[in-house]
Amino acid sequence: MIGMSKILEKEFITPEVFRMKIDAPDIARKRKAGQFIILRTCDEGERIPLTIADADADEGWLELVVQVVGKTTKFFSRLEVGDSICDLVGPLGRPTHIERYGNVVVIGGGIGIAPSHPIAGAMKAAGNKVISILGGRTKDLVIMEDKMKAASDQIVITTDDGSYGMKGLVTDALQKLIDNGVNVDLVVAIGPPIMMKFVSLLTKKYEIPTLVSLNTIMVDGTGMCGACRVTVGGETKFVCVDGPEFDGHKVDFDEMMMRQRMYVEQEKESMERHCPHNH
Amino acid sequence: MEEEKKLTPRERLKIPPQPMPEQDPKERIGNVDEVPYGYDEELARTEAMRCLQCKNAPCIAACPVEIDIPAFIKFIVDGKYREAINKIKETNILPAVCGRVCPQEEQCQRTCIVGKSRKSIDEAVQIGKLERFAADWEMKQGEAEVPDVKPPTGKRVAIVGSGPAGLTVAADVRREGHEVTMFEALHKPGGVLIYGIPEFRLPKRIVMREVENLERMGVKLERNKVIGKLYTIDELLEDEGYDAVFVGTGAGLPLFMRIPGENLNGVYSANEYLTRANLMQAYSFPETDTPIALVKNVAVFGGGNVAMDSARTALRLGAENVYLVYRRSRIEMPARIEEVHHAEEEGVQLCLLQNPTRIIGDKNGWVNAVECIKMELGEPDASGRRRPVPIKDSEFTIDVDACIVAIGNASNPLVPDTTPDLETNRWGNIIADDETMKTNKRGVFAGGDIVLGAATVILAMGQGRTAAAAINEYLKTDEW
Repeated sequence: MIGMSKILEKEFITPEVFRMKIDAPDIARKRKAGQFIILRTCDEGERIPLTIADADADEGWLELVVQVVGKTTKFFSRLEVGDSICDLVGPLGRPTHIERYGNVVVIGGGIGIAPSHPIAGAMKAAGNKVISILGGRTKDLVIMEDKMKAASDQIVITTDDGSYGMKGLVTDALQKLIDNGVNVDLVVAIGPPIMMKFVSLLTKKYEIPTLVSLNTIMVDGTGMCGACRVTVGGETKFVCVDGPEFDGHKVDFDEMMMRQRMYVEQEKESMERHCPHNH
Repeated sequence: MEEEKKLTPRERLKIPPQPMPEQDPKERIGNVDEVPYGYDEELARTEAMRCLQCKNAPCIAACPVEIDIPAFIKFIVDGKYREAINKIKETNILPAVCGRVCPQEEQCQRTCIVGKSRKSIDEAVQIGKLERFAADWEMKQGEAEVPDVKPPTGKRVAIVGSGPAGLTVAADVRREGHEVTMFEALHKPGGVLIYGIPEFRLPKRIVMREVENLERMGVKLERNKVIGKLYTIDELLEDEGYDAVFVGTGAGLPLFMRIPGENLNGVYSANEYLTRANLMQAYSFPETDTPIALVKNVAVFGGGNVAMDSARTALRLGAENVYLVYRRSRIEMPARIEEVHHAEEEGVQLCLLQNPTRIIGDKNGWVNAVECIKMELGEPDASGRRRPVPIKDSEFTIDVDACIVAIGNASNPLVPDTTPDLETNRWGNIIADDETMKTNKRGVFAGGDIVLGAATVILAMGQGRTAAAAINEYLKTDEW
């Protein structure tokens, strides 16, 4: 039962985004699409939640795709194959509700493509027609294209700068699908909050049920602290135990984005102190 | 101590309670070191001499784990400290913890004849301080003696949660020779003793030492394992081969007040605030990575021990003004008198008969004020305390940069949600039999805050003892 959480593979997808395969047989066996883990990289480390990008129950590994945004992710990116992760706990959160909806559009924005991958796969396995929209600022940030292709029936790529696929935002691609008469039964959107907000605004107009997966600040991840609270349909919910997925039409994204900035100053201070060459 | 034997009860009653030396309030708010230093031998033996050694010893029955109090105190009088600590440990595996955080004034000391004779509970024999003395004495001697463990029985017990209840069950069940595994969701064991109670009230090395003692007894500890997620209770029983499971997952889900502005930045549950400070050591930021709001003006809502801990933690994190806003008056405060006293000494400002109505933020979404309303006490409510009633149009604001909500916890849903056949009450607490802590589910026992709602360390330990006895019995007889 004791997993050493050893790093089995590591690869930089872009200079700021890396993929890691971790030996964690018990979590790999149990996790379902949509769930996340919490990890610490060292004894003085903070606890950060990361959504599981892929896992193999038989081989006993799980995969994380991480963007370097602060001190903890920077330190994490410096761990190498053979190193162990200090603390790894999961699977946490409620799994995605998978059923046969019909046509499901899975939208992954930037790093959000990674956690949307197991959901696309599970939706397809449940008999849905899965159309995936992958968006990134530029070509390099459109990750996991091959894996997403394999997990989907159709794939659309967008980049802000037009360097790859369609020039524009994921919402433009979604609008186009709708305009082309595709009957969308469910949208699952994972990515930056601002993207999820605008996807939800668009789908609300067409009354398309929409799930979003929120990645908020957390400490314990088991419901004990409430750091991750968000307002959904006027009620306070805890992302760690009530989520991470919620009805995108009901989430107060502006509040969520405000809460994510709570420690911006300290995050900068920590980065300057521990990773001075990064600036 | 020959002359001690000659003391008459009258002479004993004349000895005043011995105060425990403490760090100066002005100094201690600048550090996280423990506030009371503890008794030295002389103070301890003088205090111990105050005990009348009552034959019927009402203090024993008033202790949730029924420590033989007169017996251990007598050993202290005689300078037999090893015997004193061993006597306590017959029924209490965490004396260093309980000597510090038990509400003795509501339990053993409340019934003390010395206090009654001197007409003040405050003047009862200071049983808690003596318990701490004996435990601290043992720590100074180096490694504790490992209690005897009976030969292996081949039975396996899973304990869910390593807080006060779980630690107690682990010790008592392991002693019988059963294999014991303790599952802890966090990266450090100890539950509320680690994440909740601050260092200045309970040094973490004490908790770690107790956990190490259990490991030396052969208890296995599995950190970072969330039961209800990684394994369900059914999986522990059916797939993982455990013969019995004890659920001691704690209170867990913080309550908020449902007032406007509660999700502004700078508003914390007490659980989050204390967890960041204690478990994650945010007070050492940026040496440690977990941040916490470092601000000048803080409001804490609530009147219990957790509210006091939060307020005193805020002072140590550099706050200049800490307002403790409580809707009733001082006498209704659920916190221990000693904690209120310590908080006031350190400069916490009590705002009694006031209740927050709205939290106000600045343009960046940070708290900058809290609006409160004045209250008065009306008729007694169901709890027997006079119900606080708002005074119309008495709203006012206090400028603050952070708020800490310390109004209690609801029960954590992770285990009940994934164990649908486990009976819970309407608050989500697991229902367990008082005499055995058995739940409705065969092989599953529960105790501590997941059963009690938010209570105390010692009550959780009391339920742990009860559960352990019943688990040992169940494993022997296989009768449910």
